[in-house]
Amino acid sequence: MHPTTKIVEKGQPLFFKEHQERLYKSLEDKHTTIEVNDDDPLNTRMILNMGPQHPATHGVLRVLLELDGEVIMKNRLDVGYLHRGVEKIAENKTYQEFMPYTDRMDYLSPYASNVAFCLAVEKLAKIEVPDRAQYIRMLGCELARISSHLLWLGAMVMDSGAISMFIWTFREREKLYDIFDLLAGHRFTVSHSRIGGVANDASPEVLNKMKEFVQNLKSEIKGWYKLLNKNRIFFDRNRGIGPITAERAIELGLTGAPLRATGIAYDIRKFEPYLKYSDIDFEVPTRLEGDNLARYYIRMEEMEQSIRIVEQCLEKMPKGSIRIDNAKKAYPSKDEVYFSMEGLIHDFMMTDTGVCPPAGAECYHSIEASKGELGYYIQSDGTGHPWRLKIKSPSLGNLQVLENILDGQMIADTVVLIGGLDPVMGDADK
Amino acid sequence: MGLEAALGDGYLTTKIDTLVNWGRSNAVWPMPMGLACCGIEMMAFAGPKYDVSRFGSEVFRFSPRQSDLMIVAGWCTYKMAHAVRRIWDQMPDPKWCIAMGACASTGGMHRSYGVVQGVDNFLPVDAYVSGCPPRPDAVIHALMNIQEKIKTQHTVLLDD
Amino acid sequence: MSLPEFFQNLTLDLKNKFAASILEISDYQGDVLITVSINSIIDVLTFLKNEHRFIYLCDMVAADRFTSKDRFEVIYNIISLKAQKRLFIKTRCSEDNPTMPTATSIWPSANWHEREAFDMFGIQFDGHPDLRRLFLPEDFDYYPLRKEFPLLGIPGSLPLPSTTPDSKA
Repeated sequence: MHPTTKIVEKGQPLFFKEHQERLYKSLEDKHTTIEVNDDDPLNTRMILNMGPQHPATHGVLRVLLELDGEVIMKNRLDVGYLHRGVEKIAENKTYQEFMPYTDRMDYLSPYASNVAFCLAVEKLAKIEVPDRAQYIRMLGCELARISSHLLWLGAMVMDSGAISMFIWTFREREKLYDIFDLLAGHRFTVSHSRIGGVANDASPEVLNKMKEFVQNLKSEIKGWYKLLNKNRIFFDRNRGIGPITAERAIELGLTGAPLRATGIAYDIRKFEPYLKYSDIDFEVPTRLEGDNLARYYIRMEEMEQSIRIVEQCLEKMPKGSIRIDNAKKAYPSKDEVYFSMEGLIHDFMMTDTGVCPPAGAECYHSIEASKGELGYYIQSDGTGHPWRLKIKSPSLGNLQVLENILDGQMIADTVVLIGGLDPVMGDADK
Repeated sequence: MGLEAALGDGYLTTKIDTLVNWGRSNAVWPMPMGLACCGIEMMAFAGPKYDVSRFGSEVFRFSPRQSDLMIVAGWCTYKMAHAVRRIWDQMPDPKWCIAMGACASTGGMHRSYGVVQGVDNFLPVDAYVSGCPPRPDAVIHALMNIQEKIKTQHTVLLDD
Repeated sequence: MSLPEFFQNLTLDLKNKFAASILEISDYQGDVLITVSINSIIDVLTFLKNEHRFIYLCDMVAADRFTSKDRFEVIYNIISLKAQKRLFIKTRCSEDNPTMPTATSIWPSANWHEREAFDMFGIQFDGHPDLRRLFLPEDFDYYPLRKEFPLLGIPGSLPLPSTTPDSKA
């Protein structure tokens, strides 16, 4: 007689009773491949709830663990503590009005989410983007990737025990915030990308700041390698933890850096190149071990490749306009709006009606965000609002994998594994 | 007491009040309820550039039993609201609450079925910070306002 | 329409094997979408996985088309890593009986995607190991992404916590 039903009766859940009961029942019914001794006379099994508020769960994630001592027998994840129905909100907004919502989904690299949405709408409505805008977007995307990986590094090393690393990576992130502030006007939820281009041009001052930042970052990364690459404690906490084979990763739908850590070189920048990635020279790092340490190496190498991409973009940046000049497809520049009647009417129509892709069209576009493959599937009905906007979020897929690989690990590894897979709850819960 | 009669009504209690309030306001330990993007700005507010530990909030205690200020940062869904309220109930008195950001104050840009339109629907909020996300300077301003609020409280006579 | 060679061979192969079930093949800006009838969706997907090596299920989209016949639509976004190609398979199911066979036996990653479709639209998946809601609590009685559900929700459908501390906590 399994003690779970007794637990639910003993501590009567005070809210969402049916939800808690079904969740605990699902935990009880879960099969694991670990040998489960069904007779448990000493009652050594315990159900631990790593609740939605927890210092180490990277946001509001709830993990139910059934423990036998320190080993996890079964586990269940409960997501949705940050669910706000962004897809439903999208059906009521025009495409441009939806831009700020994309920032707040993957809030660690918001520029990349903006660009993903813009690219999807531009593909749907067949809009061409000028070259200079594409290079500015690439710069923004790669800096957002660096920003997200810096936070991941700080959080993961802090979870493994070294707390001051968090402060060092935050110091670097503050420099990035200054760059975004100069470029787009806001520290991190920028909404700089517009459908048809970008909002405003990047001044030479910003480009110089970016150059200095990446030069400095190279030496910082070398310093972190010196700290972590031969560190006994870091290795013991991460090597061999949460190993995933390549076949299992594909079956479970893993994406992003953890997938490349199992050996599969799947990167959207090479699979379906977007923006100007086909003109830029960079590599996709892969490893074969599939454990947490491999994920650490991959993300550090990705940061180095991003630095390489940023340097090449800064060299190759052409001069030109930053938004397409078509009245039905993009907002006019502010000069036109303030000083000409046509510009004013054009701006009004774009705000009121918006971009109207052809009726019945549907398409999908994805980018390689820092967490994995971030994609937008948009169905249009001919008006300025999407009929259905589905967000393929990388964090949700990775959390599903987390539920599958936690069985058999020790409880202290939960935290390190969550850090290694790097989910962002705003993205996972939409 | 003779001293009270000589110096006037409430002299001793206001002096003790001042001392106690000075202590409380300069050692406000926050309990970060960092739910979403405002949580990242809250981390920046605790970070090296906008250092909040110079205001006394050195330790961000993730345990409600050891903290006295709850900073709700980010949108609160109906599913999460119960957890937030339980944590608020677990904090010992005296406690204060900052609703950081537009989403915690009024639901912000997320006007939909899942988001509680303002945490003041179930929490007694002392300071609202607007912004999406607010700059860390703005949150420091809110913290300073709460410090002012603490300094004007009567703690000894009234059991509040 | 001019599909690339890989897709031309693929569609010929599909039409040979499942002639009646392939309802429509369309192509928009490089995305190939194939509409399949719901009776043979599992056979088509298994065929694509085993014979044509579409081993990676990237995403599963559910949509509410709001038509009187065949209201709900489910779209599978699958990738063949060997051929480096992406394909979309669409099916429809009706409103009175929104059930579809589960794809978890083909790709285990469909588990949470189907739970999400159930949560948002109410589409039941036959044979799913654990069909519960994903984002919203089980006490919630509605399916939010259906077109008739209001954006602001239904007052009282999700309770707020009480503002007096309960003594049992």
